Amino acid sequence: MKVGVVTFPGSLDDRDAARAIRAGGSDAIALWHDDADLHGVDAVILPGGFSYGDYLRCGAISRFAPVMGSIIEKANSGMPVLGICNGFQILCESHLLPGALTQNQGLHFLCTPQTIRIENTSTPWTTDFKQGAEIVIPLKNGEGSFQCDDQTLAALESEGRVIARYVGENPNGSRNLIAGISNARGNVVGLMPHPEHAIDPLTGPTADGLPFFTSILSAMVGK
Amino acid sequence: MAKIVVEVMLKPEILDPQGKAVAAALPRLGFTFAQSVRQGKRFEIEVDGDPTPAQLAEVSRATETLLANPVIETFVVKVEK
Repeated sequence: MKVGVVTFPGSLDDRDAARAIRAGGSDAIALWHDDADLHGVDAVILPGGFSYGDYLRCGAISRFAPVMGSIIEKANSGMPVLGICNGFQILCESHLLPGALTQNQGLHFLCTPQTIRIENTSTPWTTDFKQGAEIVIPLKNGEGSFQCDDQTLAALESEGRVIARYVGENPNGSRNLIAGISNARGNVVGLMPHPEHAIDPLTGPTADGLPFFTSILSAMVGK
Repeated sequence: MAKIVVEVMLKPEILDPQGKAVAAALPRLGFTFAQSVRQGKRFEIEVDGDPTPAQLAEVSRATETLLANPVIETFVVKVEK
């Protein structure tokens, strides 16, 4: 299993994402924003960071990088894609996921261990979780408030596309405490908190994030 | 030389924490006139000569594509001499 990790100018978490992929049992393949070639990967992770300095809007410029043209095409034909934090923002700007991530309600950049509940274990990124599992992984962003119109929100809820929700107080003003969503097909997932920083208790608050990276292997090999 | 101005605002239903922070700061400085504040973006685009309707339509397309996110924002395009 080859999982690509895209590096944009300003990506921060590409190395941690690659490490998490290896810890999950797959090969991590470095992809470059300016190269449309996906090098035969089976899945892609868009990592966190501040691609293009978050200029204009988070993810607005990255969405037009050459590599994104290939990723959008493959995602629309079923390739699993996981966007974490800035990656989630890029997926929304690409219209692979609905809604948008806006400035945190409290205006502060948050950097804290956050409890989330996994609510959909049928996506290729969440199959190794137990339904309803509560995990603690880092939340670190300034623009993490998930917003969408009422109709989109109702569709996300009724179709089970809220894959993770914040537990406890709403950290950033996200509608319905949404921490992560999927597209209708389930192959494209966006997640605001960072599972790649929580795969080993030595370097993270927990190892609770690891199942995101073992799931992709189980899902693809189990097919 | 004319200037095409694009103003981008968050839709009314989208929370604007920056605008709220400004609205909260004004009365602390003794400015008590504001019922509310919304903060937006303004783009100034210089073009040669008077913009044609076709050019303005192109600017609108570019704004929908890049300058604004129609999911959360509205915009107006206007010309300033």
